[in-house]
Amino acid sequence: MSTSLLIKGGHVIDPAARIDAPMDVLLKDGRVAEITPPNKIRAKGVHGDVEKFDARGLIVVPGFIDLHVHLREPGQAYKETIATGTAAAAAGGFTSVCTMPNTIPVVDSVEWIEWLRRPERNAVVNVFPIAAATRASKGVTLTDFRDLHSAGAVAVTDDGKPILEDSIMREALVLGGELNLPVVQHAEDTRMTENCSMHAGARSFRLGLRGMTAAAEASIVERDVQLAMHIPNARLHVAHLSAADSLKSVRRGKRARARITCEVSPHHFTLTDEDMRDYDSNYKMNPPLRSTSDLEAIMVALADGTVDAIATDHAPHAAHEKEMEFERAAFGITGLETALALAITKLHREKHIPLPRIVELFTAGPARCFDLRGRGSLVRGSIADVTIFDPKKKWTFDAAKSYSKSKNTPFDGWQLTGKVIATIVGGKVVYRA
Amino acid sequence: MEPARGSLLSIEHIGANEILQILKFARRMNPAKPQPLLKGKKVLLLFYETSTRTRCSFEIAAKLLGAHTVLIQSAGSSIEKGESLLDTGYTLRALGADVIVIRHPNAGAPHVMAQHLDVPIINAGDGLHEHPSQALLDANTILRNKKSFKGLQVAIIGDIFHSRVARSACHLLSKFGVKIILCGPAEVVPDIAATLAPGVRIVRHIEDALRGTDVLVLLRVQTERLAGLKIDLPDYVARYQMNAARLKMAKKDCIVMHPGPIIRGLELTSEIADGPQSRILEEVRNGVPTRMAILARAVGKMR
Repeated sequence: MSTSLLIKGGHVIDPAARIDAPMDVLLKDGRVAEITPPNKIRAKGVHGDVEKFDARGLIVVPGFIDLHVHLREPGQAYKETIATGTAAAAAGGFTSVCTMPNTIPVVDSVEWIEWLRRPERNAVVNVFPIAAATRASKGVTLTDFRDLHSAGAVAVTDDGKPILEDSIMREALVLGGELNLPVVQHAEDTRMTENCSMHAGARSFRLGLRGMTAAAEASIVERDVQLAMHIPNARLHVAHLSAADSLKSVRRGKRARARITCEVSPHHFTLTDEDMRDYDSNYKMNPPLRSTSDLEAIMVALADGTVDAIATDHAPHAAHEKEMEFERAAFGITGLETALALAITKLHREKHIPLPRIVELFTAGPARCFDLRGRGSLVRGSIADVTIFDPKKKWTFDAAKSYSKSKNTPFDGWQLTGKVIATIVGGKVVYRA
Repeated sequence: MEPARGSLLSIEHIGANEILQILKFARRMNPAKPQPLLKGKKVLLLFYETSTRTRCSFEIAAKLLGAHTVLIQSAGSSIEKGESLLDTGYTLRALGADVIVIRHPNAGAPHVMAQHLDVPIINAGDGLHEHPSQALLDANTILRNKKSFKGLQVAIIGDIFHSRVARSACHLLSKFGVKIILCGPAEVVPDIAATLAPGVRIVRHIEDALRGTDVLVLLRVQTERLAGLKIDLPDYVARYQMNAARLKMAKKDCIVMHPGPIIRGLELTSEIADGPQSRILEEVRNGVPTRMAILARAVGKMR
């Protein structure tokens, strides 16, 4: 049985290794065995049991890493399972996904971390659990960071809810700092967003919907950045950053060399609050679609390096949780299968952000945020996670054909450019278009 | 799917011509001599929120036109048991509803229903969003008292943020070039309200709202919807309550309107509510013919 795969004739972009050139890549025993200029590998005497992948005309990159997905297990398998969610991830080019702990029950114990990682979950791609930062994510008592970290948690968070209490957030950053474990914050001052269902602006006023102000996000980001700047080794990761003012705090923290990272979701660089029509709850997520000026600030931050990663915040919900009164509908949209195409369409083609920078936001950037060693690059010896895509291919996203169990997306029927052709996890092809 | 023909979901998205047609037809509707335009039709009144004026006048309007009416309120129906909005809608359709009139505490609820049902949906007030039938009956009240919309200045004073009446009124009046002044404290009259429609501006002093005004619309402070916002009621009364002395600052023939319910001693004094310039009960009376027109339009009988 062959365990080798030769990806021939493709153009490799590996920002971590500063590669942007035609290269052949040989994967062997789950690792990158060789990465060389074209047609060199056979000369080195690889035997005939090598499977070949013809990547002519395609871009070959390190496997994508999504720092923020909701796979809904345990407890809500009717929305998504680890099997279906990771199948959607594979179709979107993601070889690794980090799962949020706001499940039922909350993943706040070693037992649940282990449960998530068991083979019978039938994960198609690598699953890295993020553990709850506080017990049952109630924001009162910290979980056992050390044990959770040893069991495989790559970060801690109360995502879905913010850690509001100053003292708890400080404790989390202190303990996380000692363990070199990032604390992921869902930045929302919920005291300011009660009963709110979209961004506070002209559109929410017109529609008669109570609005979440950008300040409700930015004020928490600012507090967290202040804390992180003054706690030795603290690692703060700002989840799904959506407001221009939040970026100001992140920039200040980064300039002060604090260990602060942040992610942006594709819908926040694609849509604004003006795009929602007819109270369509597929445009309802938290944080909400913001104003045009927020979107423009995010574009700049994606280009200039302030943003570390594109993360989907893939949040599947059943139809009956969405097809209802906008104010009562669940927050969140799916995102795994459209992320790359939206990035290419909106960031590369429309805003001319170079492809290597976009690849970095899907690979080396997220790998650094959560210290995913051996991933995010194709240098020799790396783990054999590879994504192959066609940056020019036009296609139409059909939500009904999505691999996800849920179809709650505003991008159904969208014509996009850039398509994942193959996804390779540990040297094995797990998705082929 | 597209809303069924005859639906009335908002004022924002219907044109000036269509509004004029409805207003004209409403003036032809005589509650004393009604025609059986809805004979044999079933009008279902689905009320998720309490209502006196709107519910009664829709019911009277439908009955006068010969329709059967059924009132469904959240209390005492399957809604209480957790039935979803759409399932309730499908049930009403299966019962043979020809028109569904819906009042709901959430903005957009009628739109969601209209997207899934091939039955005309009439929005009888959705959350903070719109109250189209109120805007139409108020427009008729204005036209009965003023020759036309031309050159008019309308001041709306009070809790704009929580008012679906104000949103619908702004959209309607703006389509006819009316100058619209919104007045009240920033907590309930945010600056962003000026973006609602062309011709809308905001003033903070009641004197500025009254000078040169032809029509005054007073609104209740919706204390039940404030949700965390704090309004100092004595201060509100001192700054914005409509009383006889203040009304003198408006044009001599200025009329006073209020969609109700009125709270005497708060947004207005009894001398205003019961005074010669008050048209508050005339509005209620105009509700019936206006809603007759809306229902006739819903079943394609507005000709």
